[in-house]
This record gives sequence, structure tokens and C-alpha cells, in this order.
Amino acid sequence: MLPQLLQEVSFAVNGRTIIDRLSVEIAAGPRTVILGPNGAGKSVLMRLCHGLLKPTAGVIAWRGPTNGGLRQAMVFQRPVMLRRSALANVIYGMRLAGITPGECEMRARDVLEAVGLLHLSARPARMLSGGEQQRVALARAWALNPEVMFLDEPTANLDPGATRDIENIITQIHASGTKIIMSTHNLGQARRLADEILFLHQGRLVERAPVEPFFRHPGSAEAASFIRDEIP
Amino acid sequence: MNEISQAFGVAGAMIFGLDAKLIEIVLLSVRVSIVAVVIASIIGLPLGAAIAVGRFPGRQALIVVLNALMGLPPVVVGLVVYLLLSRAGPLGEFGILFTPSAMVVAQTILIVPIVAALSRQVIEDAWQEYREQLRSLGAGLMTSALTLLWDTRFSLVTIVLAGFGRAAAEVGAVMIVGGNIDGVTRVMTTAIALETSKGDLPLALGLGVILLTLVLVLNAMAYWVKEAAQRRYG
Repeated sequence: MLPQLLQEVSFAVNGRTIIDRLSVEIAAGPRTVILGPNGAGKSVLMRLCHGLLKPTAGVIAWRGPTNGGLRQAMVFQRPVMLRRSALANVIYGMRLAGITPGECEMRARDVLEAVGLLHLSARPARMLSGGEQQRVALARAWALNPEVMFLDEPTANLDPGATRDIENIITQIHASGTKIIMSTHNLGQARRLADEILFLHQGRLVERAPVEPFFRHPGSAEAASFIRDEIP
Repeated sequence: MNEISQAFGVAGAMIFGLDAKLIEIVLLSVRVSIVAVVIASIIGLPLGAAIAVGRFPGRQALIVVLNALMGLPPVVVGLVVYLLLSRAGPLGEFGILFTPSAMVVAQTILIVPIVAALSRQVIEDAWQEYREQLRSLGAGLMTSALTLLWDTRFSLVTIVLAGFGRAAAEVGAVMIVGGNIDGVTRVMTTAIALETSKGDLPLALGLGVILLTLVLVLNAMAYWVKEAAQRRYG
């Protein structure tokens, strides 16, 4: 599938431009973090890339071979848990992807173990804590063995402990060979997780850089200001 | 006053003595309304789900009409079904006027809009929450509708019970299409209307007490199912 190419992509609702003529090519490999303040258009950009929204102008395309199907998954800021067990939530996504029931069960248990929730697999998913629900959502996405995983501010609603768990899992998922494309407004998280930064400001891609140079010498006034405003 | 308390006494004796006539009427009532609510659910729940997730021209008008139909006057439904099923009517050849089947038809027409409109509301609320996640996982509209029907199952149970309550407590439609024939189409509500006008208060009161109890039990069940589900599944 990868690389993913965005050419002059715009997205507007009711005449308000949210993404403004954005062009970028996202390649396999490094963890790409989309960084920017609230309202920069990060969530919309993720949804455009994932295919949940159609751009009002421009083209989004997968440049690599897709072999008949897109192996991609997305984890949202608010995990949406179905009214069934954690295990059944993971299996639900795999069944939709056409995986056989026997294989589903085995793989679902494996990923729940990997996110540290095997002991809660029989619990109704909605009765789990926010952090646990997000881990189930990660497991559900991971179980699909996607080539690309989009994560839209996956820790924005979580406390520091739960955030650390999620970040560790994201690192594991990346290590297992899945491309990570994640949005955040949290600078610490961007430092910890990113290999490269796409800095978004008012719907425009202002800067793209590897994480080290981005934080040491931001190349744009907007990014410099955003970094400087960090509350320690 | 004395007469009324006496009637209550006799009614109590009939209920606890399992009076044959009373039992017969209650069982017919329950049977007719259960069949009606099952058919109405088979039609109404998928209809509600389809309208909730579907996007098609005239959708909003359909929702308005469906909501309005929840307040269908039972006597009007009775009249229309009567015309349809009468000898000269388009469905007259089936010969089911003045049978329990005709009452099932009338009650079904009454409660399909209730089941469809209320389930549409519940399922659409859930759809707002689930939509992106389900699309992300690759669920089409059909799969989404089925998933939502299952995920809102506890709310839907309370809707179906509400439909049953409406069917069992309704008098106008079943009176017209059933005819209130003793031993054939006499149900609780029509019997109460008749016995009251005849002045036979004990049977009317006995049936009234049972009907009230039934409605109360149904509502308690609806409440309990939802509470228990909320605690267990969130």
C-alpha cells in the first residue's frame, strides 16, 4: 500500500476550509506524528488518509501494491466499544475482515495478551476503564495485522499511567512491522513516539522534519511558537 | 359504595379462584397481543434500523409520518381493517373478520409504528456513536444495522414490551374487527366495556385488575431489563 500520496488535498465544510491544499508523501517505516494545536485539522487529516472522509479537492492515493484489499486500521480518541465482551470486540473486527472464526479466537487472545488484558477478555468491554477500553481498541486494530495504523489522539482522554501503557503498546505495534501514523497535540508524546513530525497549522502542512531537528531547530515560526508555549 | 366493595370482593374471588371464564378471556387477550407484537417486531425493528442507518430521499418525511402514526386512533385502525376484511373488502376472501386473526392484524398495524419509530430513535443515537468505528472496520450498511440491532437489544426489549402494553390495553380496534363474540373474540378490554355497560361489575373489575397488573408487570420488567443490562454491559 505505502507510500501514501496526498496531492493538493483540501477539505471544506460549509465554506470553511479545514485542510488547505496539503501535499505530502508518507512512506513505510518511521513513526509519523502529526503535531499541531487544537483546530489545526489533525483529526480531519487522519480521517481523510484513512478514507472516512473524501477530500473536496485534490487526490489521495496509495502508491504501493494493495493486492485487492487495504490493510489499514484506525484507533479513535474515544474508543467505541460494542456491548459485548472485550474478546468479542476484537473478534468482531476480524470477522468483518473475513478471517475464519477459529483463527479469530486464537489471534484475538494473542493480541489481548500483548496489550495486557487477557485476564479481562470475558468482561463486557463497556465496563472497562477508559485506558483499558483504549487498549481493547488497539488490540482490535492490531488483530487485523494492518500495514498502516492511524491513531487519532489516542491518549487525549487518559491519565498519565494509562497514557504510558498506550505508548508502550504503540511502540510494540510499530516493532511488529506496522506503519504508525498518529496525531497528537502533546509535545512530550511527540518526542517519545515520533520518528518524523508533520507540523500542521490552520489546515496547512507548515513543516516536516525528523523529530530531533524539529524540536532543536524548528524551521517555522508557528512550530517554534508552539514548542515554546509548552507548559513544563 | 357497598355495591362496589362487594364487586371487588367477587372480583377477587374470581381471580384467586381462577374462574374459567375469566381465564379464557385473559389467555385470548395475551395470545392475540403476543402474536401481534411478534409480527410487529419482525416488521418494525428492521424497519427502524433501516431508517436509522439509511440515507434516502424522503427519509425525514418518513420519520415524521412514523412518529405521527404512533398516535393512531385505534378505532380508525379498526374501521380500516374492518373495511379491508369485510366480505366486500379487498381481503374479504380470507374470511377472518370477527376472528382472533383479524384482531392480530389490527393490533399489529397499531404497534408497528411504535416499534419502528422508537427503535429508529434508539438505533440512530447508537449509530452516531458507532458510525466511524464501524466504517473503519469495513462494515457496510447492512452489517452496521444488524450490529446496532444487537447492541441496542436491551433498549429494544423495552420498546417491544411497550408495544405489547399498548396492544393489550387497546379496545377500539379489537372491538370493531373482533366483534366481542363470547368465547371467540372476547378479550379483556372488550369484556370490560361490555360487562360495565351490562352492570356486571365483578367480572369487569376482575379483568380491570388483571389488566392493570399486567401493564404494571410489563413496565417493571422493561425497567428491570434495562437496569440490569446497564449494570452488566454498560
